[in-house]
Amino acid sequence: MGFLIVQFLTGLSDASGLFLVACGLSLIFGVSRIVNFAHGSFYMVGAYLAYYLIGYLPLGGLSFWASILISGLIVGLIGILVEVLLLKRLYRSPELFLLMGTFGLILVIQDLSRWLFGSEDLLGPRCPGLDGSIDILGTLLPQYDLALIIIALLILLAIWLLLNRTRWGILVRAATEDREMLAALGVNQSLLFTSVFFLGSFLAGLGGALQLPKGGADLLMDLNVIAGAFVVVVVGGMGSILGAYLAALLIGELSAFGVLVLPQSTLVMMFLIMAVVLIIRPYGLFGKGKSGEYEYDEKTSAPIQPASERLKLAGLGLLLLVLLMPLFAGDFQLVLMIEIAILALSSMSLYFMMGPGGMISFGHAVFFGGGAYAAALLVHHLNTPMELALFFAPLLVGLLALIIGWFCVRLSGVYLAMLTLAFAQICWSIVFQWSAFTGGDDGLLSIWPSDWASNRIVFYYLTMTLCIGGILILRHLVFTPFGYTLRACRDSALRVDSIGINLKRHQWFTFALTGFFAGLAGSIYVFSKGSVFPDEMAIPRSFDFLLMVLLGGIEALSGPVIGSAAFIWLHDLISRIHFWQLILGSIFIFLVVAFPRGIAGFLDNRFGRIFSNHIGPRA
Amino acid sequence: MRFVRRLVVFFTLILFLPFFYPAFSDAADTIKIGEINTYSKLTNFTFPYRNGWQLALEEINTAGGVNGKKLEVISRDDDGKPGQAVKIAEELVRKDKVILLMGSFFSHVGLALTDFAKRNKVLYIAAEPLSDALVWAKGNRYTFRLRPSTYMQAAMLAEKAAENPARRWATIAPNYAYGKDAVKSFKKILKAKRPDVEFVAEQWPALFKINAGSEIQSLANSKPEAIYNVTFGGDLAKFVREGNLRGIFKDVFVVSLLTGEPEYLDPLKKEAPEGWLVTGYPWYDIKTPAHDKFLAAYQNKFDATPRNGSVVGYNVMMTVAHMLKKSGSTDTEKMVDAMEGLAFESPIGPVTYRKIDHQSTMGAYVGYTAQKEGKGIMVEWQYMDGKDYLPGDEEVRKLRGK
Repeated sequence: MGFLIVQFLTGLSDASGLFLVACGLSLIFGVSRIVNFAHGSFYMVGAYLAYYLIGYLPLGGLSFWASILISGLIVGLIGILVEVLLLKRLYRSPELFLLMGTFGLILVIQDLSRWLFGSEDLLGPRCPGLDGSIDILGTLLPQYDLALIIIALLILLAIWLLLNRTRWGILVRAATEDREMLAALGVNQSLLFTSVFFLGSFLAGLGGALQLPKGGADLLMDLNVIAGAFVVVVVGGMGSILGAYLAALLIGELSAFGVLVLPQSTLVMMFLIMAVVLIIRPYGLFGKGKSGEYEYDEKTSAPIQPASERLKLAGLGLLLLVLLMPLFAGDFQLVLMIEIAILALSSMSLYFMMGPGGMISFGHAVFFGGGAYAAALLVHHLNTPMELALFFAPLLVGLLALIIGWFCVRLSGVYLAMLTLAFAQICWSIVFQWSAFTGGDDGLLSIWPSDWASNRIVFYYLTMTLCIGGILILRHLVFTPFGYTLRACRDSALRVDSIGINLKRHQWFTFALTGFFAGLAGSIYVFSKGSVFPDEMAIPRSFDFLLMVLLGGIEALSGPVIGSAAFIWLHDLISRIHFWQLILGSIFIFLVVAFPRGIAGFLDNRFGRIFSNHIGPRA
Repeated sequence: MRFVRRLVVFFTLILFLPFFYPAFSDAADTIKIGEINTYSKLTNFTFPYRNGWQLALEEINTAGGVNGKKLEVISRDDDGKPGQAVKIAEELVRKDKVILLMGSFFSHVGLALTDFAKRNKVLYIAAEPLSDALVWAKGNRYTFRLRPSTYMQAAMLAEKAAENPARRWATIAPNYAYGKDAVKSFKKILKAKRPDVEFVAEQWPALFKINAGSEIQSLANSKPEAIYNVTFGGDLAKFVREGNLRGIFKDVFVVSLLTGEPEYLDPLKKEAPEGWLVTGYPWYDIKTPAHDKFLAAYQNKFDATPRNGSVVGYNVMMTVAHMLKKSGSTDTEKMVDAMEGLAFESPIGPVTYRKIDHQSTMGAYVGYTAQKEGKGIMVEWQYMDGKDYLPGDEEVRKLRGK
């Protein structure tokens, strides 16, 4: 009995920790619609700051709590800095670009923290006065666990009071409901957004500082915590603080008791819960419909046009250059080109889903990695020749995409994105755990091309044929009736509905299509590398694709190709330098601010006229 | 802003230029070695490792290099991703024209490079990855491994653990290949020595995402007399703290893999556990002339104390030098032949690369943890030579599938 009570309370304290990270994130999203991926980085900075402050503050027992509060405040100030200097400039650009900005922030904060705080793992200090345990029917429970439970409840109460009993809270709630109306009423939104971002960052820093006695500070914290925080926010319903608390509770308790029944469940429990909740309640426990939408902004983008004659000529020239490359390029340039082509195809398929399809995916790696694994498994278990593997693997992934898509298209906006993430994570954990079949994280090795294609130049042409072919097909599809219908679905669900088009079915088919092509890219990838590991399905891989698409720009069809070329080449160029993450992150941030339409969008803006059929101002 | 944009475009174009030129090769007055490791992520493990090989490189080159040529190491970051590692390996081999590859920390990255080495007939000397598969199930002619593997270290611990009367065992290990291998080997060897032992509970926390409280509580609920721990890094710190607060370690014998290595023991400071049976590296206590010399040189150069990774880095660089002396050639086949059976004296003892499976016999220190001046240390330790903890030839042949 004592054990069960203690296990319950432990779960509750884990839940409290989760809630402390997630509540700030939920608050920020609710008001400003920023999906702040850098939230985990703020959490990490909070932990480091508190660790050092506790050592330096000469306040005796009080210094612990004072340090936690101060580091929360400092992180809040950093938040203000980020909001005013960076995010404010981006509110007018498409919302997705905020994502890229926050990705850049993660990289920058990561390297700055290493430089400032050192690379050593730090064990957090114990909390003075609460460093013992209490005996519950013969089982010990750390006192600090109880403290965390109470603190989380107090913070929940404080936020509730702030939102419901102050003028500021009324404004925040109004902004969550209807931003335009609030602006029309003359409320200074700019200040409101900044203050909310301050509060959210403060809570992140506080959360990081408060978990010190339960763990410590290390440089992997930021990414380790962010996925969990998003799950909590989404399960609770974005913007709902009470929802976040209940979601954290659900996850904390199910994990605490889950390990009793099935110790291996640790990898997947959280994402399983999210998938189930989203399938039953598409907007989370307490979310309101539509509040999580990415509205496609018609004002900023002209509809995509088929390529003009001149552009086609330019494309042909580029194609020739690519095909002639083996004549003058070194071996390694070919390797790079192969990688660029493969990732460009995969990014193109993601672009097809995000641009014309209007559906954001945070889990695109499941299709790419799925293709890689399907091909590798066919070769490994059935000795399938490469040609057949390249044929069947994309089909299998298309099938997988049909299954995942069937669940996902019932949702929209961020919820859809998070459900794709959940499925990606579930598939990843299956591959990771089922080592007898998939090799687990030791991967599958020796998946090399057939003899005729093992020559590098032959393989180069094979890759180019498949990848460029795939990209051109996807491009072509945008201008078929299917493509136009899809764009109509994206732009006005209502009108599409009224003329009798089945929106969901179109979106569903888009899933299968993009899955197929990403799977094709993945299956070529595995033959180019010779081995495959679960990493190809993991969250960072999905984010890579997202970054490539955003880097190129969401409005131009050439965006994904340019984006992936720039991404891989940049990466290769600077990864020889120490602190390259800092440089890469800064470049991302700079690009978002300087080219809010992405590289391709910028080129189109700048040189578009040269390539257009009729000279004159563009619409 | 317009000016800035033009500037950016200009620089972008310039940066793209080298892309279109074939690689130009330098005059061959140095021997180039490719080195790959996770320098952007696990810096607390990989930086001491880098110090190690840099120290060795300096010693080798000030002594005049090898066969009249100086060694040059081109070191790259793999970001902890196997795909990235393979790409860098291609670049090092094709563009930089290195004669061999060495390094890597993660097992899966090591395995990806193992396969690359086999396919491209390039010599690869794995430094830190522990996976058993690297030299056995997936082993090949071109891959060698320096550090004692998961199996070897588990075997060393199991032998010692068998001396303890505990019969009810529980295990906790990170939920990935390293953790699973470490538990499997330990169970097998302990069971063979002590048929009366039973394993009553197991926990598999996700790597670096341990829910220490609930998972430890579940272990304790099965009333084990001994616990075998494989978690490390941040997970280990949480495991230790929660375990202490919840009184789990009282009267329980704990065996813990790698915990005695300064990388993992130092961060625990005055909470370092006492009386745990661990593998590690007690650099403060090793009093042999070879190690004294290494220690002095290391502290002199870096103003820091060495970690286990430092020794690994030092030894892997020395391996290359000794191998080149023996082979007298940078031809891959000749270098592989020289690697097979290569023996040299390392700061911690003799190392031989076995011909049968390309595993080195570098050993590990096994002992008990204790507290000294607010820091964790190892006491009553002994150096266990790796050659005594490898399976017999017959079994190795079966494992390598030949």
